[in-house]
Amino acid sequence: MKEVELNTTTINFGPQHPAAHGVLRLVVELEGEVVKRAEPHIGLLHRGTEKLIEYKTYLQAVPYFDRLDYVSPMCQEHAFALATENLLNIEVPMRAKFIRVIFAEVTRILNHLLNIPAYAADIGAVTPFLWCFEEREKLLEFHEAVSGARFHAAYFRPGGVHQDMPEGMEEKLFHHFKTLAKFIDDLEELLTNNRILRQRSVDIGIISKKEAIEWGCSGPVLRSSGVAWDLRRSQPYDAYDQVEFDIPVGKKGDCFDRYLVRIEEMRQSISIINQCLNKIKPGAISVEDNKITPPKRNQMKKSMEALIHHFKLFTEGYRVPEGQTYAAVEAPKGEFGVFLVSDGSSKPYRCKIRAPGFAHLQILDNLSKGHLMADIAAILGSLDIVFGEIDR
Amino acid sequence: MFDNLKKNKDIINIKEGDNLIELECDKNNILSVLKELKENDDFIFDQLLDITAVDNPSRECRFDLVYIIQSLKKNKKLILKTSLKENDTIETIISVHKAADWYERECYDLFGIEFKNHPDLRRIMTDYNFEGHPLRKDFPLTGHTEVRYDDLEKKVIYEPVKLSQEFRDFDSESPWEGMKNNLIGDEKSEIKKD
Repeated sequence: MKEVELNTTTINFGPQHPAAHGVLRLVVELEGEVVKRAEPHIGLLHRGTEKLIEYKTYLQAVPYFDRLDYVSPMCQEHAFALATENLLNIEVPMRAKFIRVIFAEVTRILNHLLNIPAYAADIGAVTPFLWCFEEREKLLEFHEAVSGARFHAAYFRPGGVHQDMPEGMEEKLFHHFKTLAKFIDDLEELLTNNRILRQRSVDIGIISKKEAIEWGCSGPVLRSSGVAWDLRRSQPYDAYDQVEFDIPVGKKGDCFDRYLVRIEEMRQSISIINQCLNKIKPGAISVEDNKITPPKRNQMKKSMEALIHHFKLFTEGYRVPEGQTYAAVEAPKGEFGVFLVSDGSSKPYRCKIRAPGFAHLQILDNLSKGHLMADIAAILGSLDIVFGEIDR
Repeated sequence: MFDNLKKNKDIINIKEGDNLIELECDKNNILSVLKELKENDDFIFDQLLDITAVDNPSRECRFDLVYIIQSLKKNKKLILKTSLKENDTIETIISVHKAADWYERECYDLFGIEFKNHPDLRRIMTDYNFEGHPLRKDFPLTGHTEVRYDDLEKKVIYEPVKLSQEFRDFDSESPWEGMKNNLIGDEKSEIKKD
């Protein structure tokens, strides 16, 4: 028998590595500098969110969603709120729907404003990182204004949103998004035609249309490979059926396309927010059923019934009719879904979280085969991996 | 689409919502049903979104295994459910949906469901050398072991869980919609109508 000499090196990448975007451990088999196999080891940030949620009431489960994909908190609350509302069979008021859409889009811009410069930093550009963090900070102030928290908002709740936007918020948002469009142009000027960025990302990590669908890709990753699929359009939830927007689609499905799709998505988000600001009208911000949403503070001081409702809601919580449902939103990273099973009590019987990053990380081995070791950093960055949601 | 689904004899209990269809099938038919749903031009459920399970320890068929698939062409989502006993195994669906690989590993890890012919059935979420299946209902929320850094041994060590305070599980579930007349003696006060 002929002896074959294997000339490969196996190296360990992560779990503590700046380009791993969190705690990813990769076992990479290299032949020279060419990747033969890249095997992700995940679960280093597993906190048992799904198990914890089974022991909490529906309202107490909301903050766990902020802590999954911690760079786009509100979009995940959105999926949970929609799933719970499905089971409760309630419809939230129009104003709440618009507020949710506005803040889901603010969150999308927040997410892309982190991913794009982080990706650029992975492949050699530092300036956008500093620029974008300043812009993010301004957007986080809007988060803070409505919810009191910059990141862990717990703002979208089953039945509506926690509280109305403060007075004058619409104008502030409107003025801010006038200037943000200019910022995105500036950002693109730095990056899009940059020779280094193009050399490092064009034709790297190509996902074909067929592969993208087969592997369960969604969001910008699916769209960059040429599939015009967006849950906001195909299965509109909340007020998305009342706004018009374009779905940017890539041609090749490489890292550069994914970057371009994200840039364009930010512009579309600005347009969606502006349309919502024009259409939003004063009104209720949550269902007016005190069996689900707490009564107003001033009522509680006067009305015995309101006080009882308040007490029951924050101890036992509301009971959700028996059943199962799956609700998904177009989160910045892709389809974020919640599969919720209720046994009729006030705690979810089972809550499965479908994280887009989980499916995306699964194809890393496929994508990086034959590329250089350094390209793994580019591919990881372009897939928009956040371990909070993958490990759950 | 709804009528075409009914024609398939392997599928039982069809429920159709706006965008969501719910089905059930026998565990032995899972591969053929998913293949049919993927390849038949009436359905084209070509994208696997998720595989998960629900544990019902009181039932004989303890686990409900749930496949969530999506058809991009028909713009529909579908939940396919099948039941498994505790020690049952089920055929892997990697041959139909490649993406099932990690999802099946996750189910194996968290519920202990074995998938036949899976190429690489290892734990994925929990720690290396972890024991038990955390999402089963009989697994305690606090777990069995905890880790800490031992200064003498200069490494991270595993110990049985020690809770400095008893695990608090409040039972706040009392009648919410008004009490039922189930106190002793209540039957005497009922007014009889003639």
